[in-house]
Amino acid sequence: MATTAVRSTGSPKGMPLHLKLRRVERRQKLKAFILVLPLLLFILIGFVLPIGRMLFNAIHDHTLLTLMPRTMTALSEWEGRDLPDEAIYAALIADLKDSWAQKTATAIGKRMNYELPGSLSQVVLSARKASLLTSGPYKEAMIEISPLWGRQDVWNLMKRGTSAYTDYYLLRSIDYQYGPDSQIVASPPENAIFRGVFLRTLSISISVTAVTLLLGFPVAYLLATLPSRSSNLLMIMVVLPFWTSLLVRTIAWVVLLQQHGVVNETLIALHVISQPAELVYNRVGTIVAMTHIQLPFTLLPIYSVMKTISPTYVRAARSLGAGPFYAFWKVYFPQTLPGIAAGCLLTFILCLGYYITPALVGGAADQMVSSFVAYYTNEELNWGMASALGAILLTATLLLYYSFNKLVGVDRLKMG
Amino acid sequence: MEGRGLMSSTNDAFVEFSGVQKTYDGEALVVKNLNLEVARGEFLTMLGPSGSGKTTTLMMLAGFEAPTHGSILLGGRAIDNMPPHKRDIGMVFQNYALFPHMTVEENLAFPLRVRKLGKADTHARIKRALDMVRLGAYGGRRPGQLSGGQQQRVALARALVFGPKLVLMDEPLGALDKQLREHMQLEIKRIHENLGVTIVYVTHDQVEALTMSDRIAVFNEGVIQQLAAPVELYERPQSAFVAQFIGENNRLRGKVVAMNGADCKVEIPGVGNVHALAVKVEGVGQPTVLSLRPERVRLNPTPGSLPNVFSAQVAEVIYLGDHVRTRLSVCGHDDFVVKLPSSEGVVQVEPGAAITIGWNTEDCRALDAP
Ligand SMILES: Nc1ncnc2c1ncn2[C@@H]1O[C@H](COP(=O)(O)OP(=O)(O)O)[C@@H](O)[C@H]1O
Ligand SMILES: [Mg+2]
Repeated sequence: MATTAVRSTGSPKGMPLHLKLRRVERRQKLKAFILVLPLLLFILIGFVLPIGRMLFNAIHDHTLLTLMPRTMTALSEWEGRDLPDEAIYAALIADLKDSWAQKTATAIGKRMNYELPGSLSQVVLSARKASLLTSGPYKEAMIEISPLWGRQDVWNLMKRGTSAYTDYYLLRSIDYQYGPDSQIVASPPENAIFRGVFLRTLSISISVTAVTLLLGFPVAYLLATLPSRSSNLLMIMVVLPFWTSLLVRTIAWVVLLQQHGVVNETLIALHVISQPAELVYNRVGTIVAMTHIQLPFTLLPIYSVMKTISPTYVRAARSLGAGPFYAFWKVYFPQTLPGIAAGCLLTFILCLGYYITPALVGGAADQMVSSFVAYYTNEELNWGMASALGAILLTATLLLYYSFNKLVGVDRLKMG
Repeated sequence: MEGRGLMSSTNDAFVEFSGVQKTYDGEALVVKNLNLEVARGEFLTMLGPSGSGKTTTLMMLAGFEAPTHGSILLGGRAIDNMPPHKRDIGMVFQNYALFPHMTVEENLAFPLRVRKLGKADTHARIKRALDMVRLGAYGGRRPGQLSGGQQQRVALARALVFGPKLVLMDEPLGALDKQLREHMQLEIKRIHENLGVTIVYVTHDQVEALTMSDRIAVFNEGVIQQLAAPVELYERPQSAFVAQFIGENNRLRGKVVAMNGADCKVEIPGVGNVHALAVKVEGVGQPTVLSLRPERVRLNPTPGSLPNVFSAQVAEVIYLGDHVRTRLSVCGHDDFVVKLPSSEGVVQVEPGAAITIGWNTEDCRALDAP
């Protein structure tokens, strides 16, 4: 009776109950939002915006559009079947003159050089010579200065430059490029390296994940089942890598694994091998060093899940007639799967982004995608390529994560 | 089931602990020199406070802990070197230990699959076991989708489905609320009577032990204090610990001043001399504890009808529905409790009233003074 009264007429102040509830909830939501606001801003400014900007670079390139405005305007009418007419060459010369005066010819040349190697010097030369031209006919004059301007593929490249958006970088990242008539063709073998790089990144990541799982699982089991006094010590040894700089650990592996390093010397002294084995600057070194770094990332989620599995499950299985191995495999192991999935996912995704370690202990054939991203960012200053490679890596990671989520369900994971 | 009758012949012992000791740390004995026989088909309960070694005893029987000394016989055979999965003992754990990644049916199929039973047989047995615990419709669910009581019953079914001769239960009802617990006590008792299996049951709840058991072994600090049928245990506790642990009692500390056959006279400081049954006293001049059940005390008895009569003052009266609990002050002891039936004919007492109380010699047991 009392409850019905409350439900029908609302609060004593006359405000309906559901409004009152919503008001209280809104206040709590606001409080929660204010609590996360600083982190949200930080992530937005320090993470989402830069990455978004970077991804944008993968498809956005207005070098030619801004540096050769007249040519680009003139080219928008051009059909692309024959060489352009005199008017377009006049626009080209005007743009080249400007670029010579403003010292932007190199930028134009570099952009064209990405797609047509060898064009950089020709463009700079053309700009210098064009700045001396005073009267037409410009078409012949330009072709005279450099045969570049008489080539159909060059003009097709210029035509593609009329758009500020390009898929050139993304195509290059999966070993395609534009042919002379702006058709998409496979990259020539000397350029077609990126599919290999992606596959290598994938295979190294899978190998490292598998090795960390094989090594980490038994240790996690030991950690979870040992009495706490001995498990604490073991735990310190496991997380020790976390407290050492990544660079130091990687260099330490070089010291250990090099030709006359500790490992080789020991093996030779024990007469296991007669010649020093190649252990570093190759795939072995890469996987060993990465496994060492990643081990805690795989192990700790597994450990934290195992810690929650009561020993009575295995006891129950044993009492029901299962031998020790059968009980472990059918009862204990399935319960560790959320931890295994979480640990492996963590390690796998972190491995995809490895850069310093393969650079230090790997050979030329062990460099992963991130090395190329770094190379294009720092050495080539080709941000388009760097962004495109990064974007593809990010997309692949998200796809893997998505399919993993479909298969296992991330909500079932236990990270710690 | 008459527990004591079953135990008349020791050759019939199905489970036998002989001289079993157990220490975990090499210093303190958790189980001290345990000798215990369980008859075939018996329902034996180990009752005792937490930490008294009940679980350890059960684990040694199940094979998860090895006795430090002594040996355990199952069906006449020493099982000291037999691994747990060969012992064919069903077990119900306090937290049920149902495999969370399997459905109820898969949980029940587990012991049958291990024993390589045929498909049809497996199916029939699972169905029978689920029907037995009235969960026929729940075979497809995961343990997480069941209530505590249902999980408990699945655990029971799983421990029984492969037809073990012996089932161990370690506080199986500890996590249930009172009503469900009482229901399950009767359910387990019914199943025990229907199947005729031997059950060794562990609990720290004396009411549960009294309800279900043929015999109860009262544990304290790794020692069986008394092993007897429920009636015997309640009516004739052999030590102050048992008297205290099972049911309520009034404890009066005193000194034996005279022995007279089975009876003795005990001097209680401030009260006077009390005539009591000498159950466990060491002789004249030795300290003792008198144990007196609250329901055996009579108020305002007819003078001369009882050997023990004392004056008291009513300190508190609590009405509890089926009885009235009265706290009395007897010569300075103000924690003397008397239970009076609340039906008609009861002496009406008021707090502060001066009354007399009395009791029979055989209702007052002189026990050891711990
Ligand atoms: N695995 C173990 N290691 C060390 N000590 C234990 C272990 N199990 C139980 N104990 C100790 O043994 C004593 C008896 O425990 P237990 O048999 O569980 O008692 P109960 O089941 O009667 O509560 C307790 O003091 C407990 O601390
Ligand atoms: Mg216990």
